[in-house]
Amino acid sequence: MKNKTSGVKNAFWFSLLLLLSFIFLFPIYLVVMNSFKSKFNIVGTPFRFPDSETFVGLENYINGIKSAGIFEAFLRTLVITVGSVAAIVIFTSMAAWYIVRVKSRFNKAVYYLFLFSMIVPFQMVMFTMTAVCIKLGLNSVLGIIPVYLGFGAGLSVFMFSGFIKSMPREIEEAAMIDGCGPVKAFFAVVFPILKPTAITVAILNAMWIWNDFLLPYLLLGTTDKTLSVAIQITMQGAYGSIDWGGFMAMLVLAIIPIIIFYLICQKYIIKGVIDGAVKG
Amino acid sequence: MEKNIKKYFPVFLLPTLLSFVTVFLIPFLMGIYLSFTKFTTVENAEWTGIDNYIKAFTQDENFINALWFTVKFTVVSVITVNFFAFCLALLLTKAIKGRAFFRTVFFMPNLIGGIVLGYIWNLLINAFLGILGLDITYSADYGFWGLVFLMNWQLIGYMMVIYIAGIQNIPEELNEAARIDGASSLSVLKNITIPMVMPSVTICLFLTLTNSFKLFDQNLALTGGAPGRETAMLALDIFNTFYGRAGWQGVGQAKAVVFFLIVAAIAFTQLKITARKEVEA
Repeated sequence: MKNKTSGVKNAFWFSLLLLLSFIFLFPIYLVVMNSFKSKFNIVGTPFRFPDSETFVGLENYINGIKSAGIFEAFLRTLVITVGSVAAIVIFTSMAAWYIVRVKSRFNKAVYYLFLFSMIVPFQMVMFTMTAVCIKLGLNSVLGIIPVYLGFGAGLSVFMFSGFIKSMPREIEEAAMIDGCGPVKAFFAVVFPILKPTAITVAILNAMWIWNDFLLPYLLLGTTDKTLSVAIQITMQGAYGSIDWGGFMAMLVLAIIPIIIFYLICQKYIIKGVIDGAVKG
Repeated sequence: MEKNIKKYFPVFLLPTLLSFVTVFLIPFLMGIYLSFTKFTTVENAEWTGIDNYIKAFTQDENFINALWFTVKFTVVSVITVNFFAFCLALLLTKAIKGRAFFRTVFFMPNLIGGIVLGYIWNLLINAFLGILGLDITYSADYGFWGLVFLMNWQLIGYMMVIYIAGIQNIPEELNEAARIDGASSLSVLKNITIPMVMPSVTICLFLTLTNSFKLFDQNLALTGGAPGRETAMLALDIFNTFYGRAGWQGVGQAKAVVFFLIVAAIAFTQLKITARKEVEA
């Protein structure tokens, strides 16, 4: 008897969740579906499924890629994300290890400054940071990598040092007694142990940098545009003359790599979110 | 050993520290100084005292409007996101078929960037309003609720994941003991589940609070502040003041300092609450 009622109950919750899933997926469905329609049939009839008259195949994708330079923007975003994430994982793990292992007032102050930077909103530094970076020539695709290292330092140093504090010193000390210098000891002994945290740090930073808009907009502008910047400036100031089909295709192209990345690394992403939330 | 490592400061700490000082620390200090000056570039600043702060609050109705809009939006988002996320977490920790699939679907929107999210919802909302011959820029209320819906869509899955982790950390014996004592599921929820997930609740409340308060990309893409500047939140208003109003850079910087102080106050409150909880535990 009890089983039967709980079965009915479960069926109810299951249907509710299924309905919710449809609602959650509907916005994405709408964009994907419209990306296959001719550009004149999107704004007026957004819910109409493409038919023989309105279906244009991959035309929007081809136009979108050609006109907005989406392919270049895609590659640029990829280079910036991979380069910055690599720099952040390597340099902030080294910094965190140094801060934890060398006790000094200076290091403690640096550590608290890193933490402090996490609560400062970007708008507070955006104007002055842009001026400084342009003066130093950091307003290029490769130049932006050290900029991301500076802004990513707070959370990343914090997460690495949390892990390092719980690590025994004996192994690395043994390596150094055996004649390894600190650099070799770090990469041969410490870094492999840090790997789980390194994956979390890499994922959190990759999600942020791939999607970031304002920083690349201010430093790289419209000449070296990233994906987010390309999408924003396509819409901005394009009154009436916008190619809706190409725009839908751009949105889909921006979403696809994220969804693939998510489906492959789901386990690590969820873990990263929980670790990042608990520690942040 | 420590001395040996200490010599390697240039290798280990310097690269990160140098980037950090250049792109964050120096601009931060310059920003505080510039908020008390009149300037158009960082090199032609003239000291004007607290002029910019007075201007921001008295001569610029956009700022007060943005502040008020941001507060309203934040309150509504924090409540709705956490309520729905908690309900979903409760459901998805029960033995329901397809749990893993549902979790995957609900979490997914969180990974999409703010600009893309904003335009997806722009399309969706205008598609519905289009039936009535309207669009999202018709009224500030549409923009407000559009942002609330977008925020829910983006953050529910994220908060759900944190709540699920919290619920799964509750020792099974507690629930078992309650059931043996004949407690109803409502009383289990009230007396066991909710008190035990309080740490997750604190985390989620502050995450949604700061995320809503600092919202920029989604705001820019969904409404761009339209109609007029009525739906511009604080971050967008600061951006508009800096880059859209000649001679008002100082006021923009002063607004940014106020913005920073509010966010810092929120973060500080969280630290205090968390610290107190840890003492109690």
